[in-house]
This record gives sequence, C-alpha cells and structure tokens, in this order.
Amino acid sequence: MTAVEKVKKYLWIFIKYFSMVFFSFVALLPVVSCIITAFKTEEEYQTTNVMTLPKSWLNFENFSGAFQTAGMGRAFINSAIVVVVVVVGSVMVGSMLAYVLNRFKFRGNGLIRNLFLFATLLPGIAMQVATYQLMYSIGFINHLYGYIILMMGTDVISIYVFIQFFENISISLDESAYMDGASYFTIFFKILFPLLKPAIVTCMILKGVGVYNEYYSAMLYLSDKKLQTVAMSLYTFTGPLGSQYNLICAGVIISLLPALIIFIAFQNQIYSGLTAGAVKG
Amino acid sequence: MAATTAAKDSGKSFNLKKWARSRSGQQAIIIVTFSLIPLLLLLVFTYYPFVEMFKFSFYDRDYIKVRSFVGLQNYVDVFKRDDCFRALWLSLYYMGGAIVQLALALYLATIFSFGVKGGNFFKGCMFFPYLINGIAIGFIFKFFYTRGFVFDTVLQWIGFDLENLPYWLRDTRINNVSLVGTSVWKYFGQNMVLFIGAMMSVDSSLYEAADLDGANKWQQFKYIMLPSIKTIVMLNLIMSITGSLSAFEPPFVIMSGGANGTATYFVKMHEIAHTSRKVGLASAMAIVLLLIIFAATILQQLFFKYVFRNAEDEDKSAAAKREKKLAKLRAKEGGRS
Repeated sequence: MTAVEKVKKYLWIFIKYFSMVFFSFVALLPVVSCIITAFKTEEEYQTTNVMTLPKSWLNFENFSGAFQTAGMGRAFINSAIVVVVVVVGSVMVGSMLAYVLNRFKFRGNGLIRNLFLFATLLPGIAMQVATYQLMYSIGFINHLYGYIILMMGTDVISIYVFIQFFENISISLDESAYMDGASYFTIFFKILFPLLKPAIVTCMILKGVGVYNEYYSAMLYLSDKKLQTVAMSLYTFTGPLGSQYNLICAGVIISLLPALIIFIAFQNQIYSGLTAGAVKG
Repeated sequence: MAATTAAKDSGKSFNLKKWARSRSGQQAIIIVTFSLIPLLLLLVFTYYPFVEMFKFSFYDRDYIKVRSFVGLQNYVDVFKRDDCFRALWLSLYYMGGAIVQLALALYLATIFSFGVKGGNFFKGCMFFPYLINGIAIGFIFKFFYTRGFVFDTVLQWIGFDLENLPYWLRDTRINNVSLVGTSVWKYFGQNMVLFIGAMMSVDSSLYEAADLDGANKWQQFKYIMLPSIKTIVMLNLIMSITGSLSAFEPPFVIMSGGANGTATYFVKMHEIAHTSRKVGLASAMAIVLLLIIFAATILQQLFFKYVFRNAEDEDKSAAAKREKKLAKLRAKEGGRS
C-alpha cells in the first residue's frame, strides 16, 4: 500500500466514524440535556448552566414530583388500556381482512384493496374537522371506548404487512386442511394465525408505539382529566408551571421510558416492520 | 296445506344449511364476517367524514348549528383571506428540510452499508427520536431553544458569542428554520433505517467484485447501490413533499399552535375549526389542500416516470458492467484453484 492509499484509507475511516459520532450526538443531545436537568434540584437548576451535570444522579425528587403533579399514574393506566385494546383489535381485524383478501377471489376484492389504498392519501388531520363532528354526534367524545374505536380504524400498513406474509404461506396448506374437513374459521385460527407470529409481533410493536405516542386525537376526544393518556398528561406543565424545566424534563423522560424499553427489546422487529411497510405501502 | 308449508320451510332451511356447508357457502360466510368490521370502520371513520367534509365546505356552520348555505364562498375565502392560503408558503421551508433530511439519511445509510464497528448502537441513537411522542418533543425543543439554554450553550462551546445569536423561536427570520430542524431531527434516522433496509437487499458479492477491480467507494455507491435503492428514495421524496404541504406537528406542539408567524396551513385550519369554530371554512381549506396534494402526487409520478425512462437505459449499461465484473471475479477465482 502506498502512502497516498494509506492516507486515503485513514481519512475515510475518520470521516466514517466522525459522521457516526457527530450525528448520534445531534440525535441524543436534546434528550440528554433533558435527562441532566431532570436530576437537578430546584436550586441547582436556577443557579447552574443547563449543560452542567447535576450534583447527584440519585435525586429522583423531580420524577416523583412530575408523576404526581401530572397525574401520570392514572394516565399510564389509561394508556395501557388504550394500547392493549387497540393493538389486539387491530391485529385481529387486520389479519382477518388480509386473510380474506389474499386467499379468496371474489367480486369486490380489488375494490376493497383500492378503498384502503386511497384512504392512505387522505391526511388524517385534514379530515379531523368532519371526524370531530361525527364523534360528537354519536356521543364518542370523552369516552375511552370512543377513542379506542377511532384508533382501531384504518391501519393500512398492518394489512399490507399481513398480506405480504400470507403470500409466503403456501395455499396448499389451506387446501389439505380443508380436505381433512376443517372449516375456513379453523384453518385461519388454528393453522394460519399461529404461523403469522413474526408479522403479528411487528405490527403490535409498531401500532403500540404509534398509539402510545398519539396526541392529536387524544387531545380532541379525551379532554377529561380522568381520561388523559400519558402524552396528554404532559400538558399539565403548560401555563404557570411552564418554566420549571427540572420538573417538565422529568415528566418528559418518564413519558418516553415505555417507548425506549420497547425499542431496546424489539429493535430488529421495528426496523424490519418499517421497511416492509414502506416497500409495499 | 299446513303440511306443505312446513315441507316448504324445511326444504328452504335445508337448502340454506346445505349452502352454508358447501364450499362456496363457507367462503361467502367467511368473506363477509372477516371483512365486515374493517370495512365498517373504514367507511364510518374515513369515507363518511370525507363526504361530510365536502358537504360542510359549502355551508357557513359550526359543529352543531348550520347557519346558511353559502355556495363557493368558503373556497373564495380560502384564497382571499390573508392567513389561509399564504400559510402554504411556509411549506417551502419544510420541503427544504425534507431534502436535507433525505440527503443526510442517504449519506449515513451508505456509510452503514460499508460496515461500521458498533453500527447497531449508532443506528439506535439516530433512530430513537422517531419514537418520542409529539408533546414530549414540544417540551424538549422549547427547552432546547430557550435563550442561553442547550443550543446556545453548545454553540458557545464552539466559539459563538451569545450576543450574536438570535432568539431561535421568537425571531421571525429564523424560527421557521428552527422548527424545520426539529422535524429533520425526528425523521432522519427513520429514513436512514428504510434506506439501510433497501441497501441490504443488494448482493454483497457485487461489492467484493468491485473492490477487487479497484472501484472506489463513490463508484460502488453510484453503480451498485443507487440503482437498487432508487425506488425507495423516489417513494420517500414523493412522501416528503406531500408531507411538507401538510406540515403540522412542529409549530403545533413547540409554538403552542403556531405563534410568531409559524402557523402552517394545517395549524391555521385547526385554529379556524376549533377556536373560531368556522367548520365550513376549515372544511374548504382541507378540500383545497387535498386537491393540491393529489395534483402534486400525480405530477410527481409523471415526472418520475419520465426520469425513470431515461434511467432505465443507464441501468442496463450498469448491469452489463456488473456482469463483466462478476465474470472477471469468477475467472480470477477459477485461475487460483
């Protein structure tokens, strides 16, 4: 290797790792600064620079303070109910529809696919004006069930992930089961559904994180303090508490812990689910 | 008489049962039961509001009371009012941001695909912002951009003077750029993960062959990687331009609903619908934006079809080159054994 080649090689390595470290720093800085502030006492927060490390990393006062002020205990229960019901419901509904669309040729099959595809083109927020009117007139406002049913609505991405998955399961499996006298219900629930497990895990995680983070519809339809989800409960910190950032940061960190834990545990499923959804959708 | 009706009835129900047991009957039953709920949800929560919204746009009304039929007046207002249509210009900032974000994601994904030690850790760091809820992001960046706080401190570390730094969220010359920055921050890692996924589908022996032939990294990127991820890059470009037109989250959560001239079209629409309660006008705004989005999507697709047509020829030559390189590699290996 000549000297020039060597220089080139090391320059490339330098650029490579510099980019990695720099952009990871950029991505983490806003969050890390929040963590630092969340551990500071009131006095420390007032007197030190935001980027100065806290005296003690064991000062959890702000966390318990934020948890109580924002009523996050209640919010976590609400969020848990919403996430579990929506995730289970949309996985069932999505996989059943995908089964029908993938396995049977019938009049209207193409139409249903197109209806779902076209729905992705309508930006949700644009439609909220009329959706709000609908929710208002059927009395779904300020009820967890109303919000849950709304959230279960069109989830095109998971339908596509399931259809893709069904394409890779041989139809001869269905056929032989049918010949043995199994009904289509049995075939779906006993034979195919268990085979869908990887797709189900992926969809559950993506949908779960999505629903946990959802705030716009929650703000419109769950304005009652008792029904607040975790994301919504952070709104407590606007107004008079708006400048107590040591408390706010603690609340923010608490709110993103569940997503962080899920992310660390299921990184690969999240990545592969996103890729699958993007390529098809 | 009674006997014959009974016989008829039993005949009917017998047939129904028989039909339900037959193959086509079973199929019909499962198709109906399995697609009923999703279709119902889709029609009630997507298509019904869509149709209603179209109707609303011709009325002067709030959520409960219809005041009067106004014809196209709402549409005229969308274009005439200072605050509505002009808000759409702000999307240009978001489009600029989207392009920066795609370029950055492509750059980082390329680096990843050449192999990085600890790659998974770096990837996780850059991806994580995508999983943070919108309200938390709002607080994080209010804190981040506050005078003398995080961003200013870091800039001071590298030698900037606080005196010369603007108020990131208050100064109308810079605040839209600050907001777009948060959107790039949230999505560049997610875009990167999508691109890495597409790049992984490339056969790695192609790189080895190219390496042996002395192709440099740039050539490898241009001739092997780019052709294979073209589709997903284009798809993301289309989506991000459409997304820029409907930008909403940064001004809504960070600027508490679009203060200081940061209100994008959707933020304005939300305000008109929920604060001013002019549901008719807001509906007209939504319809106008939908039409613009459809037009933009169709135009882009036509444009890319045109570009693709030329790119296809280039692809063939690239593929031929690749084949040659592979052949060479095989010949070399054959010679060795």
